[in-house]
Amino acid sequence: MNQNMSSNTPLIELRGVTKVYGRGAVSFQALHGVDLTITQGDFVAVMGPSGSGKSTVTNILGCLDVPTSGSYLFQGVPVEQLDRNQRALLRRNYLGFVFQGFNLLARTSAQENVELPLLYRGETYQARRAAAQAALASVGLEGFGHHTPSELSGGQQQRVAIARAIVTHPSVLLADEPTGNLDSKTGHEIMQLLTRLNCDMGITVLMVTHEPDMAAYARRIIHFRDGRVERIDSQEGRT
Amino acid sequence: MLWNTLLLALREIRRNVLRSFLTMLGIVIGVAAVITMVTLGNGATQSIADQVSSLGSNLLIVRPGQRLGPGSSVAGAPNFKIADAEAVQSQISAVRTLAPTVARGLTVVADGRNWSTSITGSTNAWFSTGSWQLADGREFSEAEERGGQAVCVIGETVRRELFGTQNPIGLSIRIKNFSCEVIGLLVSKGQSAFGSDQDDVVVMPLKTVQRRLSGNQDIAALRISIKDENAIEQAKKQITLLMRERRNIAEGEDDNFSVLDTRQISETLSSTTRVMTTLLGAVAAVSLLVGGIGIMNIMLVSVTERTREIGIRLAIGALEREVLLQFLIEAVVLSSLGGVIGVLLATAASISLATVMQLPYLFNPGINLLAFGFSAAIGVIFGYFPARRAARLDPIDALRHE
Ligand SMILES: Nc1ncnc2c1ncn2[C@@H]1O[C@H](COP(=O)(O)OP(=O)(O)OP(=O)(O)O)[C@@H](O)[C@H]1O
Ligand SMILES: [Mg+2]
Repeated sequence: MNQNMSSNTPLIELRGVTKVYGRGAVSFQALHGVDLTITQGDFVAVMGPSGSGKSTVTNILGCLDVPTSGSYLFQGVPVEQLDRNQRALLRRNYLGFVFQGFNLLARTSAQENVELPLLYRGETYQARRAAAQAALASVGLEGFGHHTPSELSGGQQQRVAIARAIVTHPSVLLADEPTGNLDSKTGHEIMQLLTRLNCDMGITVLMVTHEPDMAAYARRIIHFRDGRVERIDSQEGRT
Repeated sequence: MLWNTLLLALREIRRNVLRSFLTMLGIVIGVAAVITMVTLGNGATQSIADQVSSLGSNLLIVRPGQRLGPGSSVAGAPNFKIADAEAVQSQISAVRTLAPTVARGLTVVADGRNWSTSITGSTNAWFSTGSWQLADGREFSEAEERGGQAVCVIGETVRRELFGTQNPIGLSIRIKNFSCEVIGLLVSKGQSAFGSDQDDVVVMPLKTVQRRLSGNQDIAALRISIKDENAIEQAKKQITLLMRERRNIAEGEDDNFSVLDTRQISETLSSTTRVMTTLLGAVAAVSLLVGGIGIMNIMLVSVTERTREIGIRLAIGALEREVLLQFLIEAVVLSSLGGVIGVLLATAASISLATVMQLPYLFNPGINLLAFGFSAAIGVIFGYFPARRAARLDPIDALRHE
C-alpha cells in the first residue's frame, strides 16, 4: 500500500500541541502537549472518554482551529505559519472533514451539498455533477441527489456528509464520530465505506469514535485521556 | 470565481424566497414612498406655478382698500374713476396695457337655464392683460365699448352650464332685466391658484356694467400689465405715488388702496408648496429610514442565522473573500432589485395619483437616484459587514455559533 515517499515523511505530525480555550480565569486547557504521527494510507481511530480532547485535536488536524502552542506539520509544512487563506486552501485541496453534527447546508439538495467543495475548487459544471454523483453512489445514495437534508434520515445525512468530504479525493479524511448518531447496522455500513475508501482510494482516515466495534475497523487506535495521548494500539494483524 | 460565486449567491436568494422577499419589501416601500411623495409635491408646485402664470405675467392689480381677501377694508375707501385709469395709463411709462374693471355676482339665464356667475365689466385691454385668448367670436368693437351695448364674451364654464353643447356665438343671455348677445368665447384656463374656476366669467364692456348693473361710474380695480419684469417695483412705486396724489392722501397717512403684484402671489404660493413638498419629503424620508432599518434588521438576523453556513463553507475550503463576495452579491442583487421595483412602483403610483389629483407628472431623476442609492447602500452595508465579521471567525467558531 505505502508505495510512495510518504513512508519516510509522515503525512501528519503533531509535536507538543496544546490548546487552551478561553482566557484568564475561565480558560481551560483541553490539550496538554500531544505528539502524534500519521503516515499516508493509515486508518486511525481516536478513542477516549468524553471531554478528553478528541474533537479538539481533530479540529486542529482539520485546520478548522489553531493550536495554542506546539507545531503541526502537514506533509512537512508547518501549518501554524500559514495564514487564513493558505489554511483554507489546504482544507480545500487536501482535507475532507465529516462533522460530529452533519453540518449540511439546509434547504440545499444532497447533490448541491456534495458539489459545494468542487465549486470552490473552480471545477466545471459537468465535472461537478459527475463527481458528486459518483461520490453519492459510493456512499450508496444513488438517486437521492435531489433530496434536501430534511428529507433524508440521519444515516443518509451522515453519508451525504461523507460524500461531500470525499468528493475532492482528499489525502486525509477526518471524521468526528461519523457513527455517533446511527444505529449499529448503519454504523457498520459507514465503517465498511471508510475501510473501502482507505483501501481502494488510498485515503488516509482518522476517525473519532466511542464504540470499540467501530474502532475495530482501524489499523491503529489512539487512546486519549485528559488532553494527552494515553496509548496507541496497533491492530495490524486484522483482515 | 466570480461566476461561481454569483451562482452561489443567486441560489441562496432563490432558496430563501421569503427572506429575500422581506428584505426587498423594506427597500421597495421606502423607495416608492419617497419618490412618489416628492414627485407629487413637485407636480403640485408646478401646477401652482402654471396657474399663477395663467393669471397673466407682470400683472399689477390696484384696488381700493388695504388688504386683499376677506375683511378687506373697502368701506370708506372710495372707488376709482375712469380718470384714475386714464391718468395711470398716460403718466406711467412702464404700463403696457391697463384694464379698468368692475365686477358683479349675478344670475344669468339662457334657454330656461340659470347660472350664477361673476360679471366683469372692462375694456378689450382686459383680454391681453389677463392673457386671455378667444376660442371663438370676437372682442368688443369700439362702438360697443363707447355705447355700452349689451354684448358679452363668456367663459367655458358659463357656456357649458347655459348652452350645453351648443355654439353660443350669436345667442343671447338674460341678466336681470336685459338681454345680452354673446359675441365671443374664451379659451379655458381651468382653476386659478386660489382654487376658483377662472372660466366661470361673463365679460361685458365697462360702460354696460356701469350703466345697467351698478348704476354708477365707479371702477373697482385696475389690472395693469407691465412692459418689463424688472420695472415692476418701480412701476409699483410710481403708481402708489400717483394714486396718493389723486386721492389726496396727506403725508404720513396710510394708503387707502393697494397695489398687488402677481409675482408676489406666485412667490407666496410657491414658497407654501415648497414647504409642503419638503414636509412630504421628510415624512417619506422617515419611511425610507424605517425601510432601511427593516433591511438592516433582516440582514443582521439572516447573517447571524447564517454564521453556521459561513462556517460550513469555510470548513469546506472557501476563502474568506469568496464567502464575502457571495454575501455582497446577494445584498447587491436584493437591494438593487428592490430599488428597481420601488422605482417602477413609484412611477406607476405617481402617474396614477397625479392623474387623479389633476397634477402634472414630472419625472425627478435626482430623487430616484437618491432613494435608490440610499436603499442600495443600506442593503449592501448591512449585508456585508455582519458577514465580514462571521467570515473572519475560525471555521470552528462559526460552526459552533448558536
Ligand atoms: N469552545 C470551547 N470553549 C471552552 N472549552 C471547550 C471548548 N471546546 C471544548 N472545550 C472543552 O475542552 C475539552 C475537550 O473537548 P472536546 O470537544 O475535544 O472533547 P471530546 O473528547 O471530543 O468529547 P466528546 O467525546 O464528548 O465529543 C472539554 O472539557 C470541553 O469542555
Ligand atoms: Mg467530540
